[in-house]
Amino acid sequence: MGLRTLIRLRTHRRYLLARAWRRGRQLRSVADRTAGLPAQPILLFSTMRNERIRLPYFLTYYRRLGIDHFLIVDNGSDDGTREYLADQPDVSLWSTTHSYRQSRFGMDWLMHLLRRHGHGRWCLTVDVDEFLVYPFCETRPLRALTDWLDSAETPSFSAMMLDMYPKGAMHEQPYREGQNPFEIAQYFDSGNYVISRNPLYRNLWIQGGPRARLFFTDRPKHAPAMNKTPLVKWHRSYAYVSSTHMLLPRALNLTYDDQGGERPSGVLLHAKFLDTFAARAAEELARGQHYAESQEYRAYREGIARERDLWCNWSEKYVNWRQLEVLGLMSKGNWA
Amino acid sequence: MTGDSTLGIVMLCHADLDRAAQLARHWALHDCPVVIHVDARTPQDQADGLSAALADLPDIRFSRRSPCEWGTFGIVQATLDAATLMLAEFPAVSHVMLASGSCLPIRPVHALKAHLAAHPHTDFIESVTTADVGWTVGGLNEERFTLRFPFAWKRQRRLFDGYVALQRALRFRRRLPPGLVPHLGSQWWCLTRPTLQAVLSYPDRPAIDRYFRRVWIPDESYFQSLVRQVSNRIESRSLTLSKFDYQGRPHVFYDDHLHLLRQADAFLARKIWPRADLLYRTFLGPDGDRALAPEPNPGKINRLFAKAVERRLKGRPGLYMQSRFPTRAHGSTRSAAPYGVFSGFAELFDDFQPWLARALDARVHGHLFDFDRVQFAGGESVFKGGLSDSPTLRDYNPRSFLTNLIWNTRGETQCFQFGPADEQAIAPFLASDPNATIFAITGAFAIPLWRSGRSAAEVRAEAARLQKVESEFIAQLNGPEARASIRIWSLAEFVENPAEPLEQLVDALNPRAAHRVSDLPSLIPLQGFGAFLQDLRNQGMAPVLMGDFPADAELAQPHQSLPRPRIVR
Repeated sequence: MGLRTLIRLRTHRRYLLARAWRRGRQLRSVADRTAGLPAQPILLFSTMRNERIRLPYFLTYYRRLGIDHFLIVDNGSDDGTREYLADQPDVSLWSTTHSYRQSRFGMDWLMHLLRRHGHGRWCLTVDVDEFLVYPFCETRPLRALTDWLDSAETPSFSAMMLDMYPKGAMHEQPYREGQNPFEIAQYFDSGNYVISRNPLYRNLWIQGGPRARLFFTDRPKHAPAMNKTPLVKWHRSYAYVSSTHMLLPRALNLTYDDQGGERPSGVLLHAKFLDTFAARAAEELARGQHYAESQEYRAYREGIARERDLWCNWSEKYVNWRQLEVLGLMSKGNWA
Repeated sequence: MTGDSTLGIVMLCHADLDRAAQLARHWALHDCPVVIHVDARTPQDQADGLSAALADLPDIRFSRRSPCEWGTFGIVQATLDAATLMLAEFPAVSHVMLASGSCLPIRPVHALKAHLAAHPHTDFIESVTTADVGWTVGGLNEERFTLRFPFAWKRQRRLFDGYVALQRALRFRRRLPPGLVPHLGSQWWCLTRPTLQAVLSYPDRPAIDRYFRRVWIPDESYFQSLVRQVSNRIESRSLTLSKFDYQGRPHVFYDDHLHLLRQADAFLARKIWPRADLLYRTFLGPDGDRALAPEPNPGKINRLFAKAVERRLKGRPGLYMQSRFPTRAHGSTRSAAPYGVFSGFAELFDDFQPWLARALDARVHGHLFDFDRVQFAGGESVFKGGLSDSPTLRDYNPRSFLTNLIWNTRGETQCFQFGPADEQAIAPFLASDPNATIFAITGAFAIPLWRSGRSAAEVRAEAARLQKVESEFIAQLNGPEARASIRIWSLAEFVENPAEPLEQLVDALNPRAAHRVSDLPSLIPLQGFGAFLQDLRNQGMAPVLMGDFPADAELAQPHQSLPRPRIVR
């Protein structure tokens, strides 16, 4: 540690910013409605491909939380995703057919948009299957949280990913457009998350949940990371290092207390394991566009062939954020 | 409007002026004249919008705008200016209430007026001597008055801290104005006209003001100190409910606090989130005047915020999660609840686990850290919280595995077996966890080897390895880092009188046991074990952890006449 590390991290951050700038030129504007934004909007950034069936509920969910505007990159959809999004009054859409993988899984594109539109604003960066839950989310809009974070001078808010799954095989309950996916994927693993601290980036590295429990028993190190910091009051010099798992400058990763106290945190309910998943796993494997040579998808395909039901006797059925708080997956901290 | 009980409101605003306008209108419509001060840093067009919005109300005035940076004299200056204007413009005003643009009246205005009419000569202002306040932030208490604070805490933190350190190092002390006794208290007060008049026309005011310009957070001490000089009927409490968190920031009220605010015993509450539509609608609406909960229960609000601060500062011990991950110095070697670790018992008693489960009313696992499989109670393949029986998953982060297990089973005591044949990576954590109660019978690892029927020559190497591992474990238990409750017996010591240690462990882990244990688990007959140890010795190994186990079988089994020993009480 020391000066050398700081220089290294700074160089890396500069490199990521330069990369984002370069890949940003791959984006073609389809509908740019960012001109008429209200003062201090809360923005949502996402990149997606062929997610038409999920969109109505996704947009409804986040509109209800109080997202003012959606900034979305469409990566070559051919199922109507682009047309649907282009028609939404609160969506600005960019499109590209370039490689998702070479864009650091979409992060370069999103960072380009974050830099251009997110500076000085609260920005939520999520995938189309991630649904943010935070303390008091049933009674207080997202603006209440960001106002509170502003007053506490806290620029980032962590929300770990929680894999949700149905009871029984995934194909048994098909997902209908507009449906709350958690009517199907009602269950989650409540207490098998392992945590270690990344000394370089200072973030917590969290792994666990049903994927680790079933697909990564023999190589736990490769189990997907569940820690995320999706909500950030963006500054044009910030960079997401790996998906939304960690950020630079690394002070943004200090979303936890190391003196024994609890800071406020949320959860990203992950609606991945629906009937759409098995088909998706095969397709993504063929495209090879996902993380680490798609080894995650490969593990799922093998795992799913072996054991299609993620549910177990100790699976917890989702009720609300208070339940997640009691279980210790998230915290109100000193927000009361 | 009766001449002698008119309430005037001094309102300090800086943002969300639409809410301020709504509040000012509410006060004015209830016959309370309002003097508004808008922070000089607020954009002019917003301030103009506010005066335009209130242009139709005759009893509203705007005072000279000064900048109100937090912790500086600007706020006091603004209050002084507005109060002066209030007394000059509204001669009928008998009480002046200091409020902010986010102070919401939570009781009907007529109730507040009635309260003031019932106490016509009382000044409601929290005013406590510096020695008695327990709520100041940053360790600055008396020093607020004896040091100088020319720098803004929020903008110039380094200068602020550096200058404080410098003054401390130089032992600099300001002289207090003669006669002034520093008092602190909530910024929000309600004073009678004579008292306020006396403060405003205090003889040494220029000197006093000069002094307070360099006091830190003078809005919490200026009026609070001066009032002590001029008033003799002070009720030291604020009529405004205002709670601060541990960093000195006010807690904010939202729509979901409505039921709590209804039970408050104060007349105003701050800070209200500007978009808490339900609160504004309820308390400022036409039926905002209806009675509140018949029984005020302010303790509820206090508890809510006290719990929030405690959660932020202490958290839930034994919980490791995305926003709580303590360092070693702050409890990283701590689990959530007491649990028992048993080494050597299952080797010595065939039915130890079922017996323990009965005796303790606890969940008794096998060897959780077994090399081949996590032996959850009942042989389950997945346990509470979704913990897998996979040893690779467990060994990937054994500490998370154990703290998760203990956290997931809060409310039910957990016990498990642990021995030298198990994965040892968790041992340092066990020894240093104050929630662990560890009972160890050293040397018991040799019993399964002896019972395997293999010869001493065959098992010699294995026995030596296990003995080495167990010695290391015992060394950790006896080490300086150990915080667990630990009881260690050698095998020889233990078999001499097994009943007493068993009783001890039941008492230790289940002190409030509903029923006393009457039976004991059955001890494995040890005839021949002493000879086995002698064989090991003859093979060149030195079995030491078993204690002084006689080679003679008869002596080694003092309780052999009792197949199931009983505790005699």
